[in-house]
Amino acid sequence: MLSVSVDSQFVHKIWNEEELKKMVKGGIPFPMVSDAAGSIGKIYGVYDEGAGVNIRGRFIIDPDGAIQAMEVLTPPVGRKVDETIRQIQAFQHVRATKGAEVCPSGWEPGKPTLKPGPDLVGKVWKVWKP
Amino acid sequence: MEEESVGCGRPTGAVIGESVSKGQKKEQVLETKEGKMAAVRVGGKAPDFEAPAFYKGKFIKIKLSDYLKKWIVLCFYPGDFTFV
Repeated sequence: MLSVSVDSQFVHKIWNEEELKKMVKGGIPFPMVSDAAGSIGKIYGVYDEGAGVNIRGRFIIDPDGAIQAMEVLTPPVGRKVDETIRQIQAFQHVRATKGAEVCPSGWEPGKPTLKPGPDLVGKVWKVWKP
Repeated sequence: MEEESVGCGRPTGAVIGESVSKGQKKEQVLETKEGKMAAVRVGGKAPDFEAPAFYKGKFIKIKLSDYLKKWIVLCFYPGDFTFV
């Protein structure tokens, strides 16, 4: 987990000490990255030139360095961590099966996966009960 | 991870896991990359970068590619002291 904003690493430190430690025991457990000129946000397409800040962009990157998922929101609405975790679990499951199994809409760990192939065509209704 | 007190975040000009090809200056690659922002897409390789960070009480320098072989969540937000 890496968090990124245009604030300096010094501001990250103060935010962690003054506020986040009161909400998270021991403080933030992952690196808080400083992207002072928005140069990282620019290459990820999440830098807002007018506001001079990075908007709410979230990227899931697999162990090969491939981006598996992205979610970008405008500033007024926050994200849901549970959904990010669910997506990571689903991508990890697909990777563990080398793509033999896929995770349908609403999938969570323990729920049935689908095995894509000619036999499944037109038969999803039989195996997938949301 | 090495400790560093100052510095600024910058893309390396390469995607994660690859080095910048010879003969290209990083600045030129950055301009090219910014002109091709659509290159960031699902299924594609994540652009690599180096940046200063605050981590467990220390100021460090991180490089995205140091986290290869792990699952990474890269999370941008507008600013400290806002909700995330």
